[in-house]
Amino acid sequence: MAALFYIVAALAVLAALNVVLQRTPVYSALSLIVVLCALAVVYLLLDAPFMAVIQVIVYAGAIMVLFVLVIMLLNARREEPIDRSRMARWLGVPLIFALLAELLFVIGRQFPAASTTSAPGVEGGPAVIGHLLFENYVLPFEVTSVLILVAVLGAVVLAKRQV
Amino acid sequence: MATFIDTHFALLVTLVKIPVVLVVLLGVVAYAVWMERKVVAHIQSRWGPYLVGPHGLLQPIADALKILFKEDFFVAEADRFVYLLAPFLALTISLLPIAVIPFGESFTFRGHTVNLQIANPDVGLLFIFAVTSLGVYGIALAGWASNSKYPLLGALRSSAQMISYELSLGMAIVGVLMLSGTLSLHGIVAQQRGFWQLGGLPAFLPRWNIFVQPVGFLVYFISAIAETNRLPFDLPEGESELVAGFHTEYTSFKFTSFFIAEYTNMVTVSCLATLLFFGGWLGPAFGPAPVRALISIFWFGLKVVCFLFIYIWIRGTIPRFRYDQLMSFGWKFLVPLSLLNILATGLVVTWWNA
Repeated sequence: MAALFYIVAALAVLAALNVVLQRTPVYSALSLIVVLCALAVVYLLLDAPFMAVIQVIVYAGAIMVLFVLVIMLLNARREEPIDRSRMARWLGVPLIFALLAELLFVIGRQFPAASTTSAPGVEGGPAVIGHLLFENYVLPFEVTSVLILVAVLGAVVLAKRQV
Repeated sequence: MATFIDTHFALLVTLVKIPVVLVVLLGVVAYAVWMERKVVAHIQSRWGPYLVGPHGLLQPIADALKILFKEDFFVAEADRFVYLLAPFLALTISLLPIAVIPFGESFTFRGHTVNLQIANPDVGLLFIFAVTSLGVYGIALAGWASNSKYPLLGALRSSAQMISYELSLGMAIVGVLMLSGTLSLHGIVAQQRGFWQLGGLPAFLPRWNIFVQPVGFLVYFISAIAETNRLPFDLPEGESELVAGFHTEYTSFKFTSFFIAEYTNMVTVSCLATLLFFGGWLGPAFGPAPVRALISIFWFGLKVVCFLFIYIWIRGTIPRFRYDQLMSFGWKFLVPLSLLNILATGLVVTWWNA
């Protein structure tokens, strides 16, 4: 199990790097799909099969399809390399590492290694999540759905103006 | 030796099941093509394949050999990696769902339970939906990578179509899930065992979900045809306007991969329809447990073949939709209908339990 975790985690990190480094948008999108599927396997290893499957259905199966669709519609080929600003060339990489170190430090302090072992007896099946969502967190859940609806309506209104 | 078999029983059985199921599936796919040509031919008053073997029964083998010897063609301006990846993805993803489909009654062998299913996860149904929702990438990427206008148009159409119909496909089965209360395919079938009691009448109607979820079944079946890009919803490869749609630029085995994927998807949705609405492998059975298991496989196979026949029958009968008709049919008819079905089922289930 631990070996599988390291394989999948390495795959996720490499694919995530590839998302940023690729110059062709479709390749970036494909790498992002690999990241999402790798994360689904991590969820499976954490005894959360429902999360794993929903991750693939919603992110890899629906949202990324829209990404790929838009890339295809714009027919975006290889990006043109542009001259980066001199400041970005010299300061960019050190700043990335600074940000990364900061994040790692905060996460490390917030979640010590002992607290990240899988909780035994905690089941992540659909029944448990359903009860939590529709009993304990029903108000936030419904408010979120209304929020998404508002966003969709907003998008339609904005797009309609230009047609 | 005996102890070795006993200690590693589950692993050994799975290792036997995987190749057997895969070979049977591909055999069914090959003969689904033969069946399609035969049935459509008879609908159109023709003979269909007749020369290779009796009634053209060896035609699939001849076709497979022929297609392997075709020139493996590459598009000069194509994106080589994605161009190769697309048929591979389409074929692999189409073969995955069979891993969680139960096809027969469990039986005991040497004190071990043998499930006639490769894996039985608690979220089996959602697993199938997750895998099939990735199926669109094969088509979308094929269209993009070919770098040609007909495949691109076909791929765009198919992406929009598959996203739209996946919605009604998913919502059509919510009614069944409310009744069975489980996402495990094995559990959904087990819940359909027995007969409906209709007042004082003798129990003759099997407890299949089709009798309580007819609307759900209708929406499921129509959406499934659209989801597998079959006639009358085969807009992604509409010959009259797009040459062959997303696989115009593919030849030889790469083309065959798409072809096999399409028929495998057909078999998968037929299996799912059987499991969700028609009681899966349940049917009259007799004799000792292994014989019962064999009979249950026969019932399952018979039901799936019936669905494949209906698929082909529809193909031979109904003309193709126009694209805007397809979209408005999906969004303005199937989606509201499945929502109403969910609402009605929810009300009845709540009332029943109260």
